Amino acid sequence: MSYWFRNDNRLPQERLAAASYVIVGMITLLLFGFWKLQVIDSDKYGQLAERNRVRSIPIIAPRGRMLDRDGRVLVDNYPSFSVILLRDDMIAVEKSLPAIADGLGLSLDDLHEQLSNTDKLPKFQPIVIKPEATPADVAFIESHRADIPLLEMLMVHRRRYLPDGFMSHASGYVGEVSEQQIEASNGKLRPGDFGGKSGLERQYNDLLVGTDGMRRVIVNSVGKEVGRLSQQEPIPGKQIQLTIDYDLQQVAEDALAGKKGAIVAMDPQSGEILAFASRPAPDPNDFAIRVSKEEWQRLNEDEDHPLMNRVIQAQLAPGSVFKIVMATAMLESKVPPENFTAFCPGYANFYGRMFKCHIYGKGGHGVVGIHSAIVHSCDVFFYNVGMRMGIDRISKYAKMLGLGSKTGIDLPSEEPGLVPSEEWVQRVFHHKWYPGSTISVAIGQGAVTATPLQLAYMIGGVANAGVFKQPHLLKDAQNVGEVKVPLAEDTVEQVTQGMYGVVNEGGTGGASRLEGIEFCGKSGSAQVMSNTQRQRMGKDKKFKDNAWFVGYAPRRNPEIVVSVLIEEGEHGGAVGGPIARDIIKTYYEKKDKKTHGQTTVEYKEKPFNFGDGSEKKEKPTPKSAPKPEEAAAVVVPAAAKKATEN
Amino acid sequence: MIKDAPGARDYDWWLLAIMAAICTLGVIEIYSATHGSALVGMHTRQLRWLAIGIVLMFVFSRLDYHLILDQAPILYIVGIAALVAVLLIGHSRFGAKRWIPFLGEFFQVSELVKLIIIIVLARFFAEVRTDELSLQDLIKAGLLVGVPLVLILKQPDLGTALVLMPMLVVGAFLAGLQWKHAAVIVIVGVLMLPVGWHFLKPYQKERVTSFLHPEEDAKGSGYQVLQSKIAVGSGGFWGRGFGNGSQNQLGYIPVRYSDFIMSAWAEEQGFKGVLLALGLYMALLLRLVQNAQRAKDRAGMFLVMGVTAALGFHVLVNVAMVIGAMPITGIPLPLMSYGGSATLFVFLAIGLVMNVRLRRFVN
Repeated sequence: MSYWFRNDNRLPQERLAAASYVIVGMITLLLFGFWKLQVIDSDKYGQLAERNRVRSIPIIAPRGRMLDRDGRVLVDNYPSFSVILLRDDMIAVEKSLPAIADGLGLSLDDLHEQLSNTDKLPKFQPIVIKPEATPADVAFIESHRADIPLLEMLMVHRRRYLPDGFMSHASGYVGEVSEQQIEASNGKLRPGDFGGKSGLERQYNDLLVGTDGMRRVIVNSVGKEVGRLSQQEPIPGKQIQLTIDYDLQQVAEDALAGKKGAIVAMDPQSGEILAFASRPAPDPNDFAIRVSKEEWQRLNEDEDHPLMNRVIQAQLAPGSVFKIVMATAMLESKVPPENFTAFCPGYANFYGRMFKCHIYGKGGHGVVGIHSAIVHSCDVFFYNVGMRMGIDRISKYAKMLGLGSKTGIDLPSEEPGLVPSEEWVQRVFHHKWYPGSTISVAIGQGAVTATPLQLAYMIGGVANAGVFKQPHLLKDAQNVGEVKVPLAEDTVEQVTQGMYGVVNEGGTGGASRLEGIEFCGKSGSAQVMSNTQRQRMGKDKKFKDNAWFVGYAPRRNPEIVVSVLIEEGEHGGAVGGPIARDIIKTYYEKKDKKTHGQTTVEYKEKPFNFGDGSEKKEKPTPKSAPKPEEAAAVVVPAAAKKATEN
Repeated sequence: MIKDAPGARDYDWWLLAIMAAICTLGVIEIYSATHGSALVGMHTRQLRWLAIGIVLMFVFSRLDYHLILDQAPILYIVGIAALVAVLLIGHSRFGAKRWIPFLGEFFQVSELVKLIIIIVLARFFAEVRTDELSLQDLIKAGLLVGVPLVLILKQPDLGTALVLMPMLVVGAFLAGLQWKHAAVIVIVGVLMLPVGWHFLKPYQKERVTSFLHPEEDAKGSGYQVLQSKIAVGSGGFWGRGFGNGSQNQLGYIPVRYSDFIMSAWAEEQGFKGVLLALGLYMALLLRLVQNAQRAKDRAGMFLVMGVTAALGFHVLVNVAMVIGAMPITGIPLPLMSYGGSATLFVFLAIGLVMNVRLRRFVN
């Protein structure tokens, strides 16, 4: 034992006392710190704790489905997961971005772009960085909850359309809402939300779209849900029933396969659209997720214009179909009088120019009155009528019968077509109307254009004795518009008899006769360009005529009118006629079955598969030549046959 | 001469009562923080450490501190050797080499070294006979602390290394540190700061920068401090109740059962609970100073004040960290935080204090 410590008991009492004061001071300072946090700023931190604890997760409301007139599903939803990025903490986002890009297989540049695009949105709004998450993405997010707590899965409902662009121009498609829409929506829309971009999806977006719900959950520090606070159920969007008949639509789609054109079938009594097809058509399932810039550009620059809804946007010369307007105008205005006849040697001269009849080179129609002029589509007769009538009278009746203005169908972006007049030429071209132009307009060439829907509307209205119903696709549409054009009974009778003759009296639509059905119609083969334009482009270049056929049945007060346009189809009667016939035939087959009470059973048995192309292949393609006996046996039961033969 | 016959009544029962109270708060909060998690049962393990600590404390208090001080040079050499051994063969956990296995548990050697430095410094300052501490002695003391400090920094364990500093400062102060020396040290220290910065590990630098600019690092250590502050602040005056703190229960508070236990306590018990806890710590520290004042000799006083400095520094740095007033250093809160080595250190240190107290009347 050493004695280094002995005799040393002088303690520095003052300095020890100072240590006590230091201790008291230190504890007091710490208490002040707690006082500030716990008493002064308590509310602020309480809110922060609540924000930590509670996470609001939207529950996306499913969009309303679209059904056909028999209740079959045309547009449906399927559940899918989107990856959303929480952006409250931008520094952490920037830091984790490379890891996120790597884990989800996204390009870092894309992510940066998405972030800068959504820069203006409030930071608490998460953004969708990857729709349609794969199981690998889900695994990545779950396993990185602790180190990348910025990712969240969101269950969404994706649109499922029938495959291969079936009815896609009517249904339209949905897409992510744009930033402008989000800003304009007053917080109702979030980035990544879907809205109708075209077609019915856009037209009835407000009906189809539901109200998203919200789930408030308690999450722990690694983002795991540990409890549920409250749940506000989503309100699903309304299901809408369309006037479309799936079976007729199928026939129409098949008829247009590989072609450019449009078909629209409508019930003129009600304005209900039964079939609505335009080809080529994009497959909206491709847009249901996210369409790439390249794909979008490709679609827009495609020479065949797949994005064009030909039924309501193809403004083309109606060709001889326009002769129905001419005939109606002549009979109504009595200019020239009803018994007017013309001699057709296959051509005629007006204003020092020769105008050919379509029969030119194969003789002529001879002496033609209004009935045979319609039946055989004699151009010379209508040249003469047009010359006598003058452009303004033609224009007046064309407009009266619905051309030159939108039909008012419940679809966005309908085009009005064009009915030329003196006033129009003056306004647009600043010169006087050339009387020679009237001759072309008289046979539906020249400046006059119409859409397939307008022609169906026009013919249906005339055959319906001047009652024009607003075309529509929504089954229980309220306030369907109606235009009554005062047409004389005799006018309607003569014009419809003419159209009956087109099909049934060896006219231009003779190939399309239907046994037991009063199938009527009018063909048209319209030049894409006027002869002068064609000369300017060079004679070598071939432009095939567009084929038109507008058919309907029965002759008076028709139940169905079908407008067929086949671009570059050349011969309306031969190409368009059979298509209209097949649709009308299918319509009657169904109708007859229905009256026997079989249809519903058969529909239910029929498997209705989405995304399975095989079904389509098995379907029999429309027969090119009808077999009357077979048709009679299967299609028209005795009672119905009797009725139609009267 | 020195009779080793103190009685039971000579123990500082007030001090023990305060300690027991603090330990109770700790065990309660450890239970609250872990009962619903995978760490359930931690409070019983803490109770076991406390039991071992109490036994060690009594054993340690029986051994005359003069005998311990006699062995200071040997203890010092053992301590340095142990630190070197840790660096060579130690066990890495959480990216730092601090642990060596002993009796089936892992112990932090640096905790033992803290105790040894307290003893070594007490011996050193007790031998200084002058009223004023000479510069020469000050430098010697600095070197005595410097060697283990560098070794602990190497592990790296900045927190424990820093604890050695207040021991030196308090010891030097009581040994008659001259104000001019103090001023020079402070100035040199400030000037050396940028140099010291270079020796910090990246994560240590990050902790300091995020302390200075918490908004730039909301998910790193800045995030931890923020979550701790949210916990403390949301507790309010009355607290959210036992087992009801969402920051605590949902795991937003980092290591809520150990380094940040004060944060969990503050959330669930509110300012009133903080008042109680900090009041107890103040009582503990003042009681220790009182024991120093009543020590029989300077050596005893230095021992007690070494312990006071260490514990006081722990409390200050830990609690200040919890409220975001100091950067994260990984220093536990004595007697409340869960931890084996740290708890045992506190009890052994208090054992030294008891040792001094038991012998205040003996002559």
